[in-house]
Amino acid sequence: MISFNQVNKRYPGGYEALKNVSFDIAEGEMVFVSGHSGAGKSTLLKLVAGIERPNSGSVLVNNQNVGALKGAALPYLRRNLGIIFQDHKLLFDRSVFDNVLLPLQICGFDHRENAKRVRAALDKVGLLKREKANPIALSGGEQQRLCIARAIVNRPSILLADEPTGNLDTEYAHEIMDIFRSFHQVGVTLLISTHDESVLQDGAVRRLALKQGELQ
Amino acid sequence: MIHAFARHLGILRAVLRRMFASRVGGLLNILVIGIALSLPAGMYVLLKNAQGLVEQLSGTPQISLFLALNAQESDIAELHGRLEANEAIANVEFISRDRALEQLKQSTGLADVIGSLEKNPLPDAFIVSPKQAEPQALDALRDELARLPRVEQAQLDSAWAYKLEALLRFGRLAVLILASLLSLALIAVTFNTIRLQILTQRDEIEVSRLIGATDGFIRRPFLYFGALQGLFGGIAAWLIVSASLLLLNRPLGELSQLYASQFVLQPLSPGDSLSLLLFSLYLGWLGAWLSVARHLSRIIPAN
Ligand SMILES: Nc1ncnc2c1ncn2[C@@H]1O[C@H](COP(=O)(O)OP(=O)(O)O)[C@@H](O)[C@H]1O
Ligand SMILES: [Mg+2]
Repeated sequence: MISFNQVNKRYPGGYEALKNVSFDIAEGEMVFVSGHSGAGKSTLLKLVAGIERPNSGSVLVNNQNVGALKGAALPYLRRNLGIIFQDHKLLFDRSVFDNVLLPLQICGFDHRENAKRVRAALDKVGLLKREKANPIALSGGEQQRLCIARAIVNRPSILLADEPTGNLDTEYAHEIMDIFRSFHQVGVTLLISTHDESVLQDGAVRRLALKQGELQ
Repeated sequence: MIHAFARHLGILRAVLRRMFASRVGGLLNILVIGIALSLPAGMYVLLKNAQGLVEQLSGTPQISLFLALNAQESDIAELHGRLEANEAIANVEFISRDRALEQLKQSTGLADVIGSLEKNPLPDAFIVSPKQAEPQALDALRDELARLPRVEQAQLDSAWAYKLEALLRFGRLAVLILASLLSLALIAVTFNTIRLQILTQRDEIEVSRLIGATDGFIRRPFLYFGALQGLFGGIAAWLIVSASLLLLNRPLGELSQLYASQFVLQPLSPGDSLSLLLFSLYLGWLGAWLSVARHLSRIIPAN
């Protein structure tokens, strides 16, 4: 489903964020990317979504070479992905409901179905009662769950989450992890980055450990 | 099909909401565009009315031949014969000096003054209707008739109409220049409005791009905004012009009654109205398109 082959990523300043990274993730797998701040976790996820392009090597998603994809084809790749950004990227000029509606509007889904889908997504993350609120009024944990709702509303087959438990108390963090596990159970492929080893205590999970851009 | 239509309606609704989010701001923009467009549109409609007046008055150009005061009956009869034989003339009417004086008395209400005259100061005259109405042909015919014996003066009645026509040509050019300049202004206003909108919506644009919005999806609301704002500006211009004409028609009616004629300003024709609206819509769209093409990728780089 996702396959990196000898990927190198160098940022304009010359900094090598990823060095010779190779791995394969099968359909339905749940994989964690761990490492300290600056290890290259966000860069790795951005390469999957085509937000950054590799300097060498190949990034395949659904057998599409993302690095070589034309600009006009990128939107259609991203519609198959649900992305939870490290900096949330919520829109504070509209309600919780409208934030979750945005991906559906972008995909041009049927109008009458949209409200139902939005509420289903909000229900999954336990925010159904807050649909009219402005995201700014939500707690950190609720904002994170809102990001998840927005990422899953168009039922993507791959979910990318960049430090979704970053600034959360352990209790909230476990809530979020439980939500991801429920997606894993219904067959979604998940790639989740974290610098917090404590959420990985469950030994059964697959882990890609990054250190200064290199896979350990 | 219906589905796509509903989606466009949805975008339109969102655009309208944004346009009037600040009610005063939205209306002010539209008013500015409306006033800018109403200037050339108003001048155009006035010119068109003047044009109509010219055509109405100069519809049948005539040449008046005033005869020498000492012309004899026999001279007049001979002249009448020559005029009727002229190939270029459609119709000849003789107006004797007595009849001319009578007409003058009746039409001007100056009976007392005229009655006090010792003798009739008016000459005998022929009113000649030429077959052709082209200015050159008329001028040639007038010169020819002026050379006839006993003809003191040959006057082309519609000469002033041609002078006015030349003036109107000048006016039309002025309208064209004004319209071009104000069209540029409209494009510039829209260009800037859209630039500010892109700036204030950079978060939404950035997020939308990141979660799979196409360039077309991101552009569309801005283009709709420009086109709608242009259209509303056009409607405002139409209202301003129409209201002004109505306002002018009342004093004009009184004025024209003094001249015993009926002259009212005609409003913009349906065709001209439609052109005005489509043109303003197009200009707004163009301003938005230029702005989006220039600013979208500069403000929020695509990746
Ligand atoms: N746009 C960028 N330009 C230059 N350097 C960057 C950019 N993004 C990230 N980096 C650098 O690349 C390294 C890896 O960053 P990142 O992938 O964000 O790490 P992590 O998410 O693991 O904290 C860091 O040293 C960071 O400073
Ligand atoms: Mg990061």
